[in-house]
Amino acid sequence: MKAFTYERPDSVAAAASLAAERPNARLIAGGTNLLDLMKLQIETPTTLIDVNRLPLDQVADTPEGGLRVGALVRNADLAAHPRVRKEYGVLAKALLAGASGQLRNKATTAGNLLQRTRCYYFYDTSKPCNKRAPGSGCAAIGGYNRIMAVLGASESCIATNPSDMNVALRALDATVETADAGGGARTIPIAAFHRLPGDTPEIETALRPGEIITAVSLPKPVPGIHLYRKVRDRASYAFATVSVAAIVAKGDGGRPSAARLAFGGLAHKPWRDETAERILVETGSADAAADRVLAGARGYGSNDFKIPLARRTLRAVMDEAAHA
Amino acid sequence: MAAGAASFGWPGHPSAAPAPDDPAPQMLPLRLTVNGRGHDLRLDSRTTLLDALREHIGLTGTKKGCDHGQCGACTVLVEGRRINSCLTLAAMHEGDAVTTVEGLAKGEALHPIQAAFIAHDGFQCGYCTPGQICSAVGMLAEARAGWPSHVTADIAGTAALSDAEIRERMSGNLCRCSAYPNIVAAIRDAAGSDL
Repeated sequence: MKAFTYERPDSVAAAASLAAERPNARLIAGGTNLLDLMKLQIETPTTLIDVNRLPLDQVADTPEGGLRVGALVRNADLAAHPRVRKEYGVLAKALLAGASGQLRNKATTAGNLLQRTRCYYFYDTSKPCNKRAPGSGCAAIGGYNRIMAVLGASESCIATNPSDMNVALRALDATVETADAGGGARTIPIAAFHRLPGDTPEIETALRPGEIITAVSLPKPVPGIHLYRKVRDRASYAFATVSVAAIVAKGDGGRPSAARLAFGGLAHKPWRDETAERILVETGSADAAADRVLAGARGYGSNDFKIPLARRTLRAVMDEAAHA
Repeated sequence: MAAGAASFGWPGHPSAAPAPDDPAPQMLPLRLTVNGRGHDLRLDSRTTLLDALREHIGLTGTKKGCDHGQCGACTVLVEGRRINSCLTLAAMHEGDAVTTVEGLAKGEALHPIQAAFIAHDGFQCGYCTPGQICSAVGMLAEARAGWPSHVTADIAGTAALSDAEIRERMSGNLCRCSAYPNIVAAIRDAAGSDL
């Protein structure tokens, strides 16, 4: 690990000022992803800003009937929150499908939003990677790319976003709240928060340099059956090859009357296609919805299996919803 | 980014030779409270909680397995919650109450989880055992608080601690000797006792 200067500011404003002033600064909350990357010298911050003592660890009801989740709320606490379990089941299930008990006790809401890819070549500093070393190339294209993207990838990068939580937040249309050193605050819809790689895979989110996530807001609960189905290489404690977050309301005869579908493991961001949701409701056919979602899918060799797997996972989710 | 000719780094780990713009190591005065006892330390800011426990305080019960949060051997309790001590910095835990496997027994009386691991032969080589035991203590507290898991049928309700629940909740602790059946038996047994 490279040396850094450790700072522990006592306010969000002080943290934002430090983040703006210090070159190559990083915030540390849970640290479960950042320290892993620092040990491998993939992340080499020269200032580390410990935000763990900032008062951003509360979950509160919003006047609109939703929930405002502080940036530092731990994944374990969010998954155990009574309203999340009862009214935002897709989020609780996604959180519980991720990582281990120990990691969920540490990992935070904002940190999970900013979780970096698990692409093997991003982790291997002896190999080219446009995300880690812009302009160096992509070793995953033409390499062993079993865990890589099949949707929205580019010639520069085929990495995926590894988070489960983010997939559920996309289905829920969450909003990311931020603050900056100038006292500014803004809200970013989750759909616009994570980026596709394009020519700049090193830029993963809409956050501006120095901007700090303060909370994630959930709109009022979406009625329906909340499901999160994760397909992975072992029964627990593994990243998704494919996952589906679904909220399905049933109408006459059990057919879906409304549906939200977001996919994990397929792209550089949680993948949601509202047209596919409309098709699902109009036709009642998971396959018709999968046709739309996967129309532009492309495999890179060892990840070709993800395309039929995504279809089968959606079928399984709709089957589960029909029998729920 | 490729390691240069003079580098001796492990593949994937470039040479540790500092670049000219690297900051100098920062030494931090730090007080850690471990198993109820305060320790005044002076640590490089890079020191993980795991290394502080083992290398600076001398509590070697907590084990270093993968050092990347994948095996659970380093599991300790911080304010009663289980975490991977390899993926957190000592400096982040000033003022927190840290409990390691050395702090579980009351004098000569083993913690019920420790006793159950012996009774059920919940280990072979023993390397993962301190992490398994600390994890089990934290896990049972989570279960008693009513937290659901990935295998809980009704996450809005409460789940009985079935073997499937124990296995899922303990999935962050690997055992290369594969003593899992006896680990599950030990935890099942201890879960019913007064902790």
